[in-house]
Amino acid sequence: MSSTLYTPTEHQDLLMNIIESLKEQKGALIPILQSAQDSLGYLSEETLKTISRELSIPYSEVTGVVSFYSYFTTVPRGEFVVRVCLGTACYVRGGKEVLEELKKLLDIQVGDTTPDRLFSLEVGRCFGACGLAPVVLVNDDIHQRVKPTELAAILAQYRVQHSEKEAAEGASA
Amino acid sequence: MFTIQLNNRTVSVREGMTILDAAKQEGIKIPTLCFLEGYSPLGACRVCVTEVEGMRALAAACSTPLVPDMKIQTNSPRVRRARKSVVELLLSEHEGDCKYCTRADDCELKSLANELGIEVQRYEGERTLASTDVSTAALVRDSGKCIKCRRCVTACNQLQGVGALFPQYRGFATSVGPAFRSDLDSVVCVQCGQCSAVCPVGAITEKSHIKEVLAALEDPESHVVVQTAPAIRAALGECFGLPAGTLVTGRMTAALRRIGFDSVFDTNFTADLTIMEEGSELLTRLKAALVEGKPAALPQFSSCSPGWISFTENYFPQFIPNLSSCKSPQQMFGALAKTYYAAKKNIDPEKMVVVSVMPCTAKKFEAARPEMRSSGYQDVDYVLTTRELGKLIQLQGIDFVNLPDEEMDVPMGLSSGAADIFANTGGVMEAALRTVYEVTTGRDLPMEGLHVTPIAGLEGIKEASLVLTDTADPWKFLEGVEVKVAVAHGLGNAAKLLRDIQEGKRSYHFVEIMTCPGGCIGGGGQPRFTTNEVREKRIAAIYAEDDGKPIRKSHDNPAIKEIYAEFLGEPLGQKSHHLLHTHYVNKKEPAEAV
Ligand code: SF4
Ligand code: SF4
Ligand code: SF4
Ligand code: FES
Repeated sequence: MSSTLYTPTEHQDLLMNIIESLKEQKGALIPILQSAQDSLGYLSEETLKTISRELSIPYSEVTGVVSFYSYFTTVPRGEFVVRVCLGTACYVRGGKEVLEELKKLLDIQVGDTTPDRLFSLEVGRCFGACGLAPVVLVNDDIHQRVKPTELAAILAQYRVQHSEKEAAEGASA
Repeated sequence: MFTIQLNNRTVSVREGMTILDAAKQEGIKIPTLCFLEGYSPLGACRVCVTEVEGMRALAAACSTPLVPDMKIQTNSPRVRRARKSVVELLLSEHEGDCKYCTRADDCELKSLANELGIEVQRYEGERTLASTDVSTAALVRDSGKCIKCRRCVTACNQLQGVGALFPQYRGFATSVGPAFRSDLDSVVCVQCGQCSAVCPVGAITEKSHIKEVLAALEDPESHVVVQTAPAIRAALGECFGLPAGTLVTGRMTAALRRIGFDSVFDTNFTADLTIMEEGSELLTRLKAALVEGKPAALPQFSSCSPGWISFTENYFPQFIPNLSSCKSPQQMFGALAKTYYAAKKNIDPEKMVVVSVMPCTAKKFEAARPEMRSSGYQDVDYVLTTRELGKLIQLQGIDFVNLPDEEMDVPMGLSSGAADIFANTGGVMEAALRTVYEVTTGRDLPMEGLHVTPIAGLEGIKEASLVLTDTADPWKFLEGVEVKVAVAHGLGNAAKLLRDIQEGKRSYHFVEIMTCPGGCIGGGGQPRFTTNEVREKRIAAIYAEDDGKPIRKSHDNPAIKEIYAEFLGEPLGQKSHHLLHTHYVNKKEPAEAV
């Protein structure tokens, strides 16, 4: 994801700029974490340790804040972010079962990313498509009235997409 | 001053007091879990609730300030019901079994449940995720027993300035500990055990060496030597219900013999030796700076406290040259037991097991450091905390309170009063000044009872100075020099002092730092619960022990004279260098590692 867009030096410069520009504020930690995640895609251990050192806040306290808010992520997101709606309508029409099945299929928990960095699993509030509940979003694609039994096929589709893209890149290179 | 009504009695109180303060003043007990004396209240656990007339909700006593004419009930039926519910809820998630818990004797949660008359389980809840962290040499963390009171967070952050522990995640999944629920060895932790000293339950405890010590005692081939740190004698009694500040040196010695240790010795012996070595080191540095114009790392810092050593290595490596190269008394003892004493008694050092009893958990870490093998073996094999010795005595069926007084063995059981005070904040400095002053001037330290009162007591950072006059021959260069010293205890205070020194705001010749509040008497391995009142009593007991000794100065200890004559040669000599001194490692994470 975005972090790979930067070389380690650029990454570091960017982070230091963020820290410098925000560190004088009161309660600078959360704005710095937000801004770092927005620019760098995720919060790596190195990023968190740098922030801890620059703000003189213990590392365990920084991670305490990061792990408190589900907004923050410490792993690079996968190529495909799978978001399950758990708004009321989706929830009562089987959103929960869909989520459980996805957890099983991907073998990860909400907020995590598969080791091959292909999929991240997240839950969302209402996407405004309640008539089509339950809804699953994969990046920008909307999948409607999803049944748990269809999920394996949906995921397979993206695996294929990924392989094709890789093959194309390999050919052009 | 104003008055309030406390349980229908008119009571006068001062501005700024909380309900809890008023109750304490009036001898009324209000239970607390998250509150830690001396720190701002979190108001998180709600076990301290009280009823205040005119307030709808119950008020947390620890965090509610008094206002004039407040009417407070600390023990109404409503209060009791609320407290009971809080504790019942804590118990419903608690993953622990009192029958098999090391804290069963002094667990605050268990005794609270008892006091509140909780006899049946009313709530059945999801249990806290139990995982055990044994990653460090000194501590065991059992997350299942953690009630998330955060006292350890306060101790680690505010008292020690280390910050290894903090609540991670949220809600039911909250875990109080190192970053992202990792093990303690993945973050900086100086293993001081102050977290284990304040934990109300069995969630953080020392890593026990009792089993290993018992095995050594049962092995007929082993010669098991025990040494006891100065701070033990002023605290061990508390494990057996004796009041804080009861000196039990003689009974402790008797107990150790009955347990079966082959030689019962005193870390005090090597505390005296430390003064000889560290004092000589200081004079050498002063001479280099004042006479030879050579660069010398001043101030010199004391080096007996292993948590402080780790703190310097991890956070202030620029001060490593200032640390005295002297090993701690525990480690000097181990190195000499397996060389000097083994040779004297014709014992194969390989068959010798050195056990130490320490007020400190970090001593377990120190004993395992790779630098600490100068006898050719691990110099100190096992370290028991004061609490563990208490358990071992129980285990052996010894009626401690009724033991007779006994004397320690010679030669490594002999010590001066200067060694005793190593247990107190300011004590190492006082002991050093007694010797340095007399060596350089030929006179006694010009202070009443040889006590340097400005550096005694619980103030966080203390200073004193002393002008050397009429100096004796090789020390003429010190004539008229004002020797400036400072003492800090608690690593948060140490960090403050270091920053001031670094910025040139303060300057000294010699600085004593002890990791724990009050010094070793307030160590992380001492009987729980150590309040400031308890600290003061233990400190007074240690000074009483010193005052009662016929020999008050380290250089007057005949056993010390003997070991230099027979074995070591002279302070800072070649043998000393090999056995009694060490080096330190820069462990700071480099900033470039990003
Ligand atoms: S921590 Fe306390 S309540 Fe929990 S098992 Fe141990 S003694 Fe029992
Ligand atoms: S042992 Fe000391 S440094 Fe380590 S976590 Fe506990 S209080 Fe913090
Ligand atoms: S480990 Fe102990 S002191 Fe720390 S939060 Fe848990 S129960 Fe409280
Ligand atoms: S002790 Fe008062 S709220 Fe915990």
